[in-house]
Amino acid sequence: MRLRQFLGNVLVVKEISSIFMLTVTMLIFYILSPYFLSYFNLRTLLELFPELGIVVLGVTVLMISGEFDLSVGSVFALCPILIVKMLSAGVNLGIATTLALIVSLGIGALNALMVVKTGIPSFIITLATMMCWRGVVLAVTEGTPPSIPEEFSWLESHLTFWLGPIRISFIYFLIILIALWIILERTRLGNWMFATGGNPEAARARGISPAKVKLISFMITSLLAGFAGLVQTSRIGSALPSAGQGWELDAIAASVIGGTSLFGGAGSIIGAAIGAFLLRIIGNGLVIAGAPGYYFRMFVGIIIILAVIFDITLKKRASKARW
Amino acid sequence: MKKQPLVEMRNIHKWYGRIHALKGVDFKVNEGEVVGLVGDNGAGKSTLIKILCGVHLPDKGEIFFKGNKVRFASPKDAIRLGIEAIHQSTGLVDTLDIKRNIFLGREPVKKIGPVRWLNLKRMAEDSIKALKKIGLEINSPSTKVEELSGGQRQGVAIARAIYFKTNLLLLDEPTNNLSVKETEKVLEYVHELRRQGTSSVFITHNLYHVYPIADRIVILKLGEKIGEFKKEETSVEELIELIKS
Repeated sequence: MRLRQFLGNVLVVKEISSIFMLTVTMLIFYILSPYFLSYFNLRTLLELFPELGIVVLGVTVLMISGEFDLSVGSVFALCPILIVKMLSAGVNLGIATTLALIVSLGIGALNALMVVKTGIPSFIITLATMMCWRGVVLAVTEGTPPSIPEEFSWLESHLTFWLGPIRISFIYFLIILIALWIILERTRLGNWMFATGGNPEAARARGISPAKVKLISFMITSLLAGFAGLVQTSRIGSALPSAGQGWELDAIAASVIGGTSLFGGAGSIIGAAIGAFLLRIIGNGLVIAGAPGYYFRMFVGIIIILAVIFDITLKKRASKARW
Repeated sequence: MKKQPLVEMRNIHKWYGRIHALKGVDFKVNEGEVVGLVGDNGAGKSTLIKILCGVHLPDKGEIFFKGNKVRFASPKDAIRLGIEAIHQSTGLVDTLDIKRNIFLGREPVKKIGPVRWLNLKRMAEDSIKALKKIGLEINSPSTKVEELSGGQRQGVAIARAIYFKTNLLLLDEPTNNLSVKETEKVLEYVHELRRQGTSSVFITHNLYHVYPIADRIVILKLGEKIGEFKKEETSVEELIELIKS
C-alpha cells in the first residue's frame, strides 16, 4: 500500500514522462556509442543547447497562458541584426542592445494586442508576424550576414565565454529557468497564467484580466527569443538572416514533450527544458551513432507521439493509484 | 417595519437585437434567503442572472444593493459587493488544483519588501477547512479539479463562496447533469451556505431540485415574471401547472 502511494506520488510529477524519455534516449545512444556520454561530447551538447533552450522557456510560458507564438524564430534573427545595424550607424553598444531588446518586447506586445483585440487565434496572427519580421530581416540584410563591428566583441565575451566545461550562456539559461519556475509555480501572476490558459472565463469571473496576463506572456516570450538570438550571434560571431528558422515548431515540440498542453492551462517549465534538451540530444546522438542527420525530424516526430502517449497513460495510472 | 432586501432589481428590460429577453422584471433577494429561479429554456433566467453579476448591463431598470442604487459595469463591480455567480463552465479552472482554484484572484502571499510569493501552506490548510465546513471530504487540496466529480466541483465553488463570505451566490443550474446522489449532495451544500449566512439564487428548470431548499420561488416565462411564491403557500404540482399553462 505504501509502495502504491509512493508510486502514485512519483507518477503524478508533471515532468515524469519527459524524464523517462530523456533517460531512455540517453541510454540508447550510449549503447550505440559510448562516446555519447564522454566529456567532450557532453560539452558540445551543452554548448549549443541554451539558444533553443531559452526560446523554449518563453514559448512554454505563453502556451501555459493559452497562446502560441510562431514569430520567435524571426525575432531570434531580428534582434542581433538590429544591434549590428545600429552599431554600424554609430550607436553606442549599450543603447543599441537595450533598444533591440525593447523592440523584441514591443513585437511581443504587438502580437498580444492583435490577438486580444481581434480575437483571431494567435497561431494565425503570429504566423503572419513570423513572415513579416523574417521579411524585414531579409530586406535589411539583403540576405547576407552583415559584418560584425568591433564593439560587438563586448557582448561576445559576456554572453558566451567559457567557464570550465560550459559556456556562461548555459548559466543564463538556468537563471531564466529558475526565475520562470518561481513565477509560474509560486506567484499570483503564475497562478493567473495557468488560469488564463485553462479557463479564461473562470479567470475573468474571479476578477483577473486574461488580456493583461496574455500581454505579459507574449512580451516575455518575445524578449527571450531576442535574447537567445544575441547568444547565438555572440557564439558564432555572425548574425545570420536565416537564424532561428523552423525553431517556432521545434520550441512547441519541446514544450509538448515536456508535458505542456496545446490547449493551455497545464504544463511545466522544467519539463520543457528537458524536452528542449531531448531535441538537442537526438540531433547530436544520431550523428554520434553514425546515422545520417536526415533522420532527425523523423525521430523528433516519434518522440512527440510517444511523449504524449506516455503522459496520458501515466496520468491515468497515477490517479488510479491515489484513489 | 419590513426588512430591506439584500438585492433588489426593479423593472429590468433587456433586448438582444430585436428579441425582448426581459420585459420589466422585478426580482429581489433577502438576507439569508435561498431563492429558486425557475423557468423553461428561453424564459430569461440566465439573462437576469448575467445582469445581476455584472456580465451584461440592463437596457432599462435599476439595481439596488442594501437600498443603494448600484451599476455593475463588469463582474468586478459585483464581486466587490460580494455578489458572485458560479456556472458549470465558468466556475473553476480544470487544470488547476483545488487550493489554487479556491484562492484564484485572491491568493494570500508572503512578502519581504517588494518580493511576494504564494502562501501555499495557508492556501492548502484553509482549503481543507473550507471544504470540511460544507461536509466535502477530499483526499488532498492539491487534487486537480478535472479529477473531481460534478458534485464535488459544485462543492468546491460553494466552499469558496463561504470562505470569502460572499453576500449573494448565484448558482446557475448547479444540478445539471448530476446523478441523484450527487444532486442531493449539492442541495446539502446550498443548505450549509444559508446556515453560514450567504444568500443564494438557485437557477434551474427542475422544480423538484429547488423546492426542498428554497424559501421563495420565482417563475419566469418568456421574459416575464409570472409568479412568486413563498414555499409554504404552494406545492410543486401547482407550480408545474403554472409553468405549463
